[in-house]
Amino acid sequence: MNKNKEQLLNKRYKAEQRFRLYGLSAIFMALLFLTIFIFKIFSTGYSAFQKTWLIVPVTFDAELMMLDQNPSKEDLQDADYYDIALKSMADLDPNANEDQENELKRMVSYFFEKEIKNELLNDPNLIGKTKEVYLTASDDLDQVFKGNYPRDLPEDQRRVSDYQLKIFDQLVANGKVESKFNISFFTNADSREAELAGIASSFMGSIFSILVCLMIAFPVAVLAAIYLEEFAPKNRFTDFIEVNINNLAAVPSIVFGLLGLGVLLAIFQLPRSTPLVGGITLSLMTLPTIIIAARASLKAVPPSIREAALAMGASRMQTTMHHTVPLSMPGTLSGTIIGLAQALGETAPLILIGMVAFVNTIPGSPMDPAASLPVQIYIWAESAERGFVEKVSACIMVLLGFLIIMNLFAQIIRHKFEKKWS
Amino acid sequence: MNLILFTFIVLLGFTSYYFGRRKAYTIQSTKKRLTALPQFYGYYLAIWCAIPAFIIFSLWAIFEPTIVKLLILSDYSNQGYLDDELNLLYEKSKALSRGQFTGEITPFIEASAEKYLSLRSIAQSSKVVIVLSAIIASVAYAYKRISSNSRTREPVEKFLNAVLFTASLAAILTTVGIVFSLIFQTIDFFKVIPLFDFVFGTHWYPAKAFVRDSSEALDPTMYSDTFGAVPIFAGTFFIAFIAMCVAIPIGLMSGIYLAEYASTKVRQYAKPLIEILAGIPTVVYGFFAALTVGPFLKELGTSMGLEVSAESALAAGGVMGIMIIPFISSLSDDVITSVPQSLRDGSYAMGATKSETIKRVIFPAALPGIVGSILLGVSRAIGETMIVVMASGLAANLTLNPLESTSTITAQIVVILIGDQAFGDPKTQAAFALGMSLFLVTLCLNIVALRVVKKYREKYE
Repeated sequence: MNKNKEQLLNKRYKAEQRFRLYGLSAIFMALLFLTIFIFKIFSTGYSAFQKTWLIVPVTFDAELMMLDQNPSKEDLQDADYYDIALKSMADLDPNANEDQENELKRMVSYFFEKEIKNELLNDPNLIGKTKEVYLTASDDLDQVFKGNYPRDLPEDQRRVSDYQLKIFDQLVANGKVESKFNISFFTNADSREAELAGIASSFMGSIFSILVCLMIAFPVAVLAAIYLEEFAPKNRFTDFIEVNINNLAAVPSIVFGLLGLGVLLAIFQLPRSTPLVGGITLSLMTLPTIIIAARASLKAVPPSIREAALAMGASRMQTTMHHTVPLSMPGTLSGTIIGLAQALGETAPLILIGMVAFVNTIPGSPMDPAASLPVQIYIWAESAERGFVEKVSACIMVLLGFLIIMNLFAQIIRHKFEKKWS
Repeated sequence: MNLILFTFIVLLGFTSYYFGRRKAYTIQSTKKRLTALPQFYGYYLAIWCAIPAFIIFSLWAIFEPTIVKLLILSDYSNQGYLDDELNLLYEKSKALSRGQFTGEITPFIEASAEKYLSLRSIAQSSKVVIVLSAIIASVAYAYKRISSNSRTREPVEKFLNAVLFTASLAAILTTVGIVFSLIFQTIDFFKVIPLFDFVFGTHWYPAKAFVRDSSEALDPTMYSDTFGAVPIFAGTFFIAFIAMCVAIPIGLMSGIYLAEYASTKVRQYAKPLIEILAGIPTVVYGFFAALTVGPFLKELGTSMGLEVSAESALAAGGVMGIMIIPFISSLSDDVITSVPQSLRDGSYAMGATKSETIKRVIFPAALPGIVGSILLGVSRAIGETMIVVMASGLAANLTLNPLESTSTITAQIVVILIGDQAFGDPKTQAAFALGMSLFLVTLCLNIVALRVVKKYREKYE
């Protein structure tokens, strides 16, 4: 009997330990997913911040550029750079036939003509001289140089030919291939060519949408929260408003996209694909989040503050506007920032209102067509070229960086400025 | 132009505030008692400046386009044009006056474009005149009315209260907007496709509906067997089911561990780390699922001799489950922590171990709240878009094999509406009908979940 009891107790203790282990492993699993996730993004993305350049000697031959003696600035602008650009690429291999010359040309981005032009515009004295110019390598060679490209594939399955690889290896051996920080990733707009594509347009699109969202959602949400928390009588109607807010917070984001499409675009005829419409759609989405946060922080202000103000003869409006609302601001602001961070990562509603259009200009106002960072991730993730994979990861890193900064900012506001009532 | 006018009105508002306050000070200097603080006199005048401006601006925004259009088209209305032609003519002249017109310019259009421009400038200048004179008149009237015993605080506060109330209507307006934008398209859709075919049909092939000459009349028989939503609904719930199979055990167990076992230090670090998972944008999960998990599962399956699609429901559902873990873990953590300590103490006093207490006492007590949190998780899984669009298939298969690809409501909406849409086309309307069903399903889930959680909270507070 005694032995039985001991066995039973042992069994129970073992069950206890097992249960504890389940819980621990569940947390471990969740954190493992997070680590794999971040590791994967960083390991594929970090290389996109480097860009491969080919250093090619260019002879600025005045005759080939159709330039007269002592050309003016305008002449230099209008000169023909295509021939010298072609020639300098062809000169990499003096024995190249016509097909091979074409392949040589495709070793650099189609932008190479302009890069040579900029070199001359910076230093007009180069005419007639030869200078080594940095040219952006094509995205395939870029990937080869970063070691992301399987070189052992059969030639017909690769976009880089054996001949290009041979010349490229020669250049590498001569130290004529260099990897530098990829500034154009941050300054260029989107492009069909992976080596030239950048996030500037989608970044500006995101900034504009978030600003529009902030300007609409913040005032409306704060005013609504003040009304509901401080003034609203307790009746059916305010209950209805409350149910509405709680439901809106859980409505799938794509439904807001349908709202933007069906009301803002179809009825109000606002311009398609613009951050303006995107921002309005996002603001409707963040509205409930901010209202809930603002109400919570208004509720946290102790009644003694209100009573003191009322006792001094302030009206209810004065009490609220001069005391309760300023005291609740830190909580409201950090809730707003968290809501905006959510809006910044939102993709589906923006796709529905047409912000997936290919935009190769940097938008200057909320009325210009634009993409946004998450939509840019989607666009690049859908394209087949190998060069875009690392771009997607890099864009994700930029986006996550912003989200982290915003959340930290919200935390700092909350901890620094929020009064602890006890 | 409007911006300058707007700034000017704001400036006028400030000036009237200043004058109102000054008048209050003058009254004060005559040793008469004021009924409110001097600022309220200022606010009072500023409101008298804002209201007429707001009314006139909105009247103009509503009526100006229609009136201008009427005036322009009145020239041609009795020349036997059809309504559509008149509309086209109007759009053309509008485009021409903005310099964006590329077609052939007829003297006809040119004349009406000129007329459009002149009418617009008349409308603009009359707006400026009317707004400014209305503001000045109303402010002057209010200024004269202010005296020592006039009330200013009450009207100002009433006005503010009205503004606050209007802002709180925004939530209702948004809901109305959602229903409004979905319902008309949905009704139009069901005029062509019978509701029965939509709910019980098993073939979803909207691309077929696209092959249609827009000038032809709609032929409902053409769409039979095109918009049967069963595979879509089945796919949606199937992927959500896979997601919950991942999310419920992991989320619930980590919630229990955090609430009952973890030391304050572990809790302090583990909880925010898990919640990072909720802050990652869904498009990032989608990329992860499509680039890493999908191919990995495919390779794994091939090595075991199974045929796995690269866009399997398992990849999308699994990654979606990871996304939902933090929702379930933090909600169930909250729910479990709010179970009163007396229940635990009672159980310990009877000699129960911690896990027995959790399983037999706390879990049953917290069950309604946990069910609520799971329902919210399901609603999120059903409404999730980007993971499915990127990682799951776009063709609607009716299958229960997690290794094959399926499609969901949200993915189909995106597929149909990406790019240009023609309103009035059954294909576009189908997307709105799908959106309507998504809205209704998630609405029911949310209402039930919120009610359950609320009931539970009331029980222990």
